[in-house]
Amino acid sequence: MPPGVLLKIARTHLLARKRQTAIASLGVTFGIGTFVILVSFMTGLNGLLDGLILNRTPHIRIYNEIKPSETQPIQNSEKYKNSLHVIHSIKPKQSKISIYNNQPLIAALKKDPRVKGITPVVGARVFYVSGAIQLNGNLFGVDVQEQTRLFNFGDYITKGKSENLANNENGIIIGAGVAKKLSLNLNDYVQVISTTGQKMRLKIVAFFQSGLADIDNMQSYVNIKTSQRIQGMPRDFITDIHVKLWDINHAVGMAAEIRNKFQLNAVDIIAANAQFETGTKIRNMITYAVSITLLIVAGFGIYNILNMLIFQKMNDIAILKATGFSGKDVRRIFLYQAMMIGIIGGIIGLIIGYTGSVAISKSPFETEALPTIHYFPVNFDPKFYVIGTVFAMLTTFFAGLMPARKASKVDPVEILRGQ
Amino acid sequence: MDIVLSAKDINKHFFDPIDNHVLKDVSLQINRGEFVSIMGKSGCGKSTLLYILSTMDTNYEGNVELHHQNLRGLKNTELAAIRNKRIGFVFQFHYLLPEFSVLDNVMLPALRLGEKDKDEIEHDAMEKLKMLDISETAKKLATRISGGQKQRVAIARSLINDPDIIMGDEPTGNLDSKNSDVVFDIFRNISSGKKQSILVVTHDLDFAKRTDRIIEMADGRIIH
Ligand SMILES: Nc1ncnc2c1ncn2[C@@H]1O[C@H](COP(=O)(O)OP(=O)(O)O)[C@@H](O)[C@H]1O
Ligand SMILES: [Mg+2]
Repeated sequence: MPPGVLLKIARTHLLARKRQTAIASLGVTFGIGTFVILVSFMTGLNGLLDGLILNRTPHIRIYNEIKPSETQPIQNSEKYKNSLHVIHSIKPKQSKISIYNNQPLIAALKKDPRVKGITPVVGARVFYVSGAIQLNGNLFGVDVQEQTRLFNFGDYITKGKSENLANNENGIIIGAGVAKKLSLNLNDYVQVISTTGQKMRLKIVAFFQSGLADIDNMQSYVNIKTSQRIQGMPRDFITDIHVKLWDINHAVGMAAEIRNKFQLNAVDIIAANAQFETGTKIRNMITYAVSITLLIVAGFGIYNILNMLIFQKMNDIAILKATGFSGKDVRRIFLYQAMMIGIIGGIIGLIIGYTGSVAISKSPFETEALPTIHYFPVNFDPKFYVIGTVFAMLTTFFAGLMPARKASKVDPVEILRGQ
Repeated sequence: MDIVLSAKDINKHFFDPIDNHVLKDVSLQINRGEFVSIMGKSGCGKSTLLYILSTMDTNYEGNVELHHQNLRGLKNTELAAIRNKRIGFVFQFHYLLPEFSVLDNVMLPALRLGEKDKDEIEHDAMEKLKMLDISETAKKLATRISGGQKQRVAIARSLINDPDIIMGDEPTGNLDSKNSDVVFDIFRNISSGKKQSILVVTHDLDFAKRTDRIIEMADGRIIH
């Protein structure tokens, strides 16, 4: 038998009660619309926060730490093995230390298929001087192009252009907070003094603002060479290596490998940002819990209206059965009705969800902490629209199941005799 | 003689509220092309018998054979298919689907059967409506026509799949004598084609007298 006739009956029943159908559909519309808006906004927010921390943070940071000496020099002497050690707390020489012999490490990392890219970093403690004001801070020598490619450095440039640093050994990208404290502007010069007393005059080619005051009030970026020169260090002097992986999940394992193989410190992003995942998970849970609740409410609406419809349509069911429609056919008619309500409500819900999301994404959202963000973040992943549709179909199907089964069990004799 | 429908030793009880033996050892046979009426006092079990013969009620003792096929043990979907293809049913209270047009009401059982395409079915349905002289109502909503017209639509619907037998439970009970005569003539015409049988419950003696045979019931038994 062609299902067309069952669809035709289902459609006719619904069209004959447009108001009830509209109300039932509205429930689904509300559920799906809310789901799409909520999930788009929430994941948009997650994405933003991810961007804030995960995208700009190296997946693995490798550095050589100054540790308290584990063995004192005197312990190396056989002669005084059983004597009292008077000089027992010799401390390491206090300085930023290089990752020694870093060429094999960099070569190995570059060859590793898990690695998307690496940037060597040369850190330096400095004073910024402008006129009479002095300010201490951190200078980072970086490859600005790689920094932009791997860590979205460009997102945090608020004035000027990061590319201007690329071939300018006398340029500096200065933290917005530093610039403010020193009342400096683009193209001004700032004097930088290293802890060893070297001085350099650097031209401000750009401002950067990360949104974290601690960083913006201290940090500046220069070329690798510039940083090495101001510290009087040779060209192989590198304090950090920042690694970006293709898949963040490899970070923990790889950091351990590096620690074992190269005797260096390697901190992975997951260890550094453990609380982060938890927040994302909880936001997702809230989104889905709210949406599912709304859909269940919508489902009860459909259940109610179908029950009412079946009560009104007892005669029709009896006639259909008397003229040869089976219980199965009748059940399908009412399931189709539930699904039609779901489809109509779902489609409108998706449209409303999309419109709402667009509206949110166009709403201004200005915050000091996020200088490059001007509107609320919204994630327009088509996946959510698919999930919404599946949700709507499932809810309406299950809401229709019981009433439909009840309709299929109607005894035509009982109804026909009743007249 | 070609027997279309036969019932043997049908017994039917209702247990609600107390044991009520409604049909007692009812046996009957309907031949191909025969026009038979059932008469009897109200409450003697005529409707109950008709529901059993039309496969809608399966809760009885005894055997019903349609075209020598025993109905006992068939699944609900199989019985529905038999009702759809082989049996036409006309009720006292016309029973049309109120939200559908007259034409749709007639077409639905054929659409359910699905043996012909939609255009063919529509053509057949129009033919039946023409035969019953109500083709001008085809596009009207089923609730927008008169009682006599409704009953004719119901008859057209019962005929749409060319069933072997058409059953009617007091199909003229609600009609004036003029419309009763029209319905009688329609049944007469159908049965005189010698292919389709008619079994009609009626209280109208004039109507019954003009049929081929009267089955008389009293108190759950066939007495004549
Ligand atoms: N569902 C039922 N439950 C109990 N008794 C019933 C039921 N349906 C019919 N009866 C009884 O069965 C008897 C026959 O009813 P019915 O077949 O409708 O008679 P008729 O059609 O000849 O007027 C009546 O006594 C009626 O009260
Ligand atoms: Mg009766």
